[in-house]
Amino acid sequence: MKGILSSLRQLRQYPTAVIGMIIIGLLLVVSIITPIIMPYSEAIRLWRGGELVWRYYPRNAAPAWQNWFTSTDLAASVIIDSSKGDIEPTFEQISADTREGFYSYEFDFPYDTFPPEVILFAAAKYASKQPFVELTWITPDGREIRAGEFSATANTSVRFDQDTRLQRRLERETGIKGITVIEGLFDDPSKEGIQVLQGTYRLDATALLFEPESTLDMTFVSYGKVHGLAGTDHQRRDLTVALLWGTPIAMAFGLLAAVFTTVTTMSIAAFGVWTGGWVDGTIQRITEVNAIIPLLPILIMVGTLYSRSIWLMLGLVIVLSIFGLQIKNYRAIFLQVKESPYIDAARAYGAGSNRIIFRYLIPRVLPLIIPAIVILVPGFVFLEASLAVLGLGDPVLPTWGKLINDANTQGALFNGYYYWILLPSALLMIAGLAFAMVGFALDRIFNPRLREV
Amino acid sequence: MEQKNELVLKVRNLRLYFNTRGGPVQAVDGVDFDLRKNEATVIIGESGCGKSSLAKAILRLLPRNAGIYDGEIWLHDQNIMTLDKEAYRKEIRWKRISMVPQAAMNALNPVMKIGDQVAEPAMIHMNMNNEEATKAAVRMLEHVGVPIDFLHRYSFELSGGMRQRSALAMALVTLPDVVILDEPTSALDVLTQASIMNLMKRMKHELETAFILITHDIATSSELADNVAVMYAGQVVEVGDARRFFTQPLHPYSHALMASVPRLREVVEPEFISGQPPSLLNPPTGCRFKDRCPKRFDKCDEEPPTILYDVDRKVKCWLYV
Amino acid sequence: MSNNNGEINETSQVNGRPLLEIKDLHVWYELKRFGFGHAGYVRAVDGVNFSLEHGEAIACVGESGCGKSSLMKTILGLNVPTKGDVIFDDTSLSTTKGNELRQYRSKIGYVQQDPFGALPPFMNIETILEEPLKINGVSDKAERASRIRKILEEVKLTPVEEVLPKYPHMLSGGQQQRVVIARAMIMEPKLLVADEPVSMLDASVRVEILRILRKLQESHNLAVLYITHDLSTVRYFSEFIFVMYAGEIVEFARMEDLLDDPKHPYTNALLEASSDPNADNALVQREIPKGEPPSLVKPPTGCRFHPRCPAFMEGICDVKEPPNFEVSPRHLVACWLYDENKGHAV
Repeated sequence: MKGILSSLRQLRQYPTAVIGMIIIGLLLVVSIITPIIMPYSEAIRLWRGGELVWRYYPRNAAPAWQNWFTSTDLAASVIIDSSKGDIEPTFEQISADTREGFYSYEFDFPYDTFPPEVILFAAAKYASKQPFVELTWITPDGREIRAGEFSATANTSVRFDQDTRLQRRLERETGIKGITVIEGLFDDPSKEGIQVLQGTYRLDATALLFEPESTLDMTFVSYGKVHGLAGTDHQRRDLTVALLWGTPIAMAFGLLAAVFTTVTTMSIAAFGVWTGGWVDGTIQRITEVNAIIPLLPILIMVGTLYSRSIWLMLGLVIVLSIFGLQIKNYRAIFLQVKESPYIDAARAYGAGSNRIIFRYLIPRVLPLIIPAIVILVPGFVFLEASLAVLGLGDPVLPTWGKLINDANTQGALFNGYYYWILLPSALLMIAGLAFAMVGFALDRIFNPRLREV
Repeated sequence: MEQKNELVLKVRNLRLYFNTRGGPVQAVDGVDFDLRKNEATVIIGESGCGKSSLAKAILRLLPRNAGIYDGEIWLHDQNIMTLDKEAYRKEIRWKRISMVPQAAMNALNPVMKIGDQVAEPAMIHMNMNNEEATKAAVRMLEHVGVPIDFLHRYSFELSGGMRQRSALAMALVTLPDVVILDEPTSALDVLTQASIMNLMKRMKHELETAFILITHDIATSSELADNVAVMYAGQVVEVGDARRFFTQPLHPYSHALMASVPRLREVVEPEFISGQPPSLLNPPTGCRFKDRCPKRFDKCDEEPPTILYDVDRKVKCWLYV
Repeated sequence: MSNNNGEINETSQVNGRPLLEIKDLHVWYELKRFGFGHAGYVRAVDGVNFSLEHGEAIACVGESGCGKSSLMKTILGLNVPTKGDVIFDDTSLSTTKGNELRQYRSKIGYVQQDPFGALPPFMNIETILEEPLKINGVSDKAERASRIRKILEEVKLTPVEEVLPKYPHMLSGGQQQRVVIARAMIMEPKLLVADEPVSMLDASVRVEILRILRKLQESHNLAVLYITHDLSTVRYFSEFIFVMYAGEIVEFARMEDLLDDPKHPYTNALLEASSDPNADNALVQREIPKGEPPSLVKPPTGCRFHPRCPAFMEGICDVKEPPNFEVSPRHLVACWLYDENKGHAV
């Protein structure tokens, strides 16, 4: 074992391996931290919770860092939530029962593009009389635009862009036919055509609450075209969640599958070689039969007909790989090792079969196994992703492969949502590359014959 | 002595170092020896003394980590160290200096018939066509005692002795000036070994060839040797006439080596050399044998010169100054 | 699994039987055609008899393929006798199985030819030497340590502390071979089987290894079976020699008798072919029997050496298998030359 550790230390001499180790290290750190800061249930809520969880996120927004690379600044989201204390409404008692509340949503808008949507969410509590709200839009250049009124229910969302009266009013004010509400609200009248006026906007909401017990919280959202580290998908879900949670899943799937298949395959090969005779023959025949059973169709079949749970898939992959063709390779090596004089010596001083297999045969091939495991990992990571891409991903868990699948069904590339495909694919590739770089370096260290070639 | 054979090969101050992570390994460090026509020079040395590297250095079969490689190798009147790689490959290797590599009997190509394999060097290096080359191969195989009907067999169908003979035929088919034999008999049985030795004794006289025999086996080396060079830790410590070497070795190492050989026909208690040869990575200054030498004295901390002893013996030891 | 010293040793000497008895031993390997059909036998060992007393050394000389390795592996309990028996220390190999067989094996020390191959490269010296002790039930760590120290001192691998943590590749060939010897001796066997223990070592260390073996033999009253193809080392080692050819023993004698007065033509040829360092060697062509050792699947009828024998007598050697003739006390030769009537029935 000391020998193996000292060999691992040699990894430092291979720059590619160092880079690979750093990447693997980061991926592992992410894999460990993610479940801590975002426990499984939280992740599921964020990914599966429904409209209410992610309604403040923009739809199909690009990652925020895209602005670093483009000259036009895409709008970011502005969320001002009175229930969170972002603003403090002021109240005035106008009669015994009725209060008037002033909600002033002020925000900077330094961007070059119009927000795709502007929505005011209202949540009112009342017994029988709905609170009534009047909205005024105040542009940076001081124009005041009446932006409609509504009666708030427990769950009202005022979509400015769907207010046809407002749209007509804005058409009149700007003199531009067919201008949308949002364009009208953010337009710079001093400039030709439709252009964004940058500056500080304000939405004033005056609410009348007709009951003493009545309350009203309102959240103003000017949706951005960019969001977070990874953007959002067609359902407004933050892709970061899936990318983060995809990491531990990919790592776990890849590592577990690689370790289990390698260890079991090797043990079976060692046992077969040592026992010989019909046992070896049977193992050989099973391997050969197994080799012509295609893995993917079976997984698809089980996924379609039975369950798509990732752990079932993992188990199935391992079970089907145990008698993989790797057995043949290991067998060839073991047949050689079996003839080593030191094995004869061990038999001569009375070592039994189990001891010979586990103390003498297997340690001899460990140097081959360690790089093999590392090199196998990406294959299984990709397999898991491929299953997800084929629509056989775990129904609950967000994974990298599922993102690609979603992106694919939503025509992400056709619509220009490159990040939706790029980010999970890049993670897959980087993970694969990192394991490959470390694996190949390990191969060189443990199999010195490769070094000079 | 009286009538000397023509000098074929003269090696002077040959060095071959290998670069390793630990630093340069001085595998061949300033080696001198001569080789005459129809004679054999035996390079005797123990494992790790650099004798196989010497063979590689002469044939310029350098591994990738070869570092310093210099000195002179005079083949007749030509210093072949000055040839460039391509010229060396075309004019010297196998055509004029060939080799029977270590464990040659296991180095034959298993998917090529013996006849074709022996003809191959003739075709490549002598520009012979298939027919001529096959003829040459048949001639040489007959010469080394491989029955003609083995021509169409594969190496695994042959016994060790026959394979070794075939490898020898491969080295001889181009009628080179020098053949290097690297441990030609070490993996063979006693009887086969003796008959291969018989064969090589005959070849030495019958062909216009000189042999360099590289071996660790002193008893076998005496079967073929006209000259003996003893290598220790990358250097030749003694070189000279075989007859006198076997009766009276000069260098303390040669002495100890001779004394370590168990005798079959005499009852002499053999002795061993205690200690181990120095690492070629950082060989000690002065005489490299000094730590194991029974005759060590203060001078030995300085590099010993090569002393001419008698007419044609040289020894690298302060005892003979 | 208890250890096997003391009492058993005495009892076996009391009843006067030799330590090792090989009785009409045959080791045949079945040749299969296409993996199942029978295609004959390789008669690697074909009727071998000899015995070995406590503390005695015997050398087995022969070329590759003469059956000496099969004989050795059978004695070690690694092969199964096809016919005949090996009786070691009152245990008959042919009836021993399972755990008892493993115990049988652990009572014989085994020194191999290639010291590097004989040591697992992934274990350090301490682990290597501990293995036989652990396997054979020496569970006390302190006892193991003291036995390892003792045996390493005996094979002169000192200082012990420096050697123990090393891995085989860090040692020289001679040191590796001493580890192999130490491992073979650590169970304090009564018999040591040494398979060409010095043939892969440099000349300068061979003698040292042979001396260590001889010293162990004397101090432990150890019986040694020394297997070699090299006659020159035999003189310094054994009391008896037997020469094997094509699965059979062709000559058996005391060491001096065999080396100084060989009888069998094959023994003669072996001696003729082995040289001492001597410049005169270069001047002579040696007499070597033509041809090569026969196939062990279909060995020649009569004497197996007859196709190559310079003293071949037609009608006798190729017809009748020669019995052992005792040319002098304890000097047996299987050759018709030593029959009074030269093989012709009276």
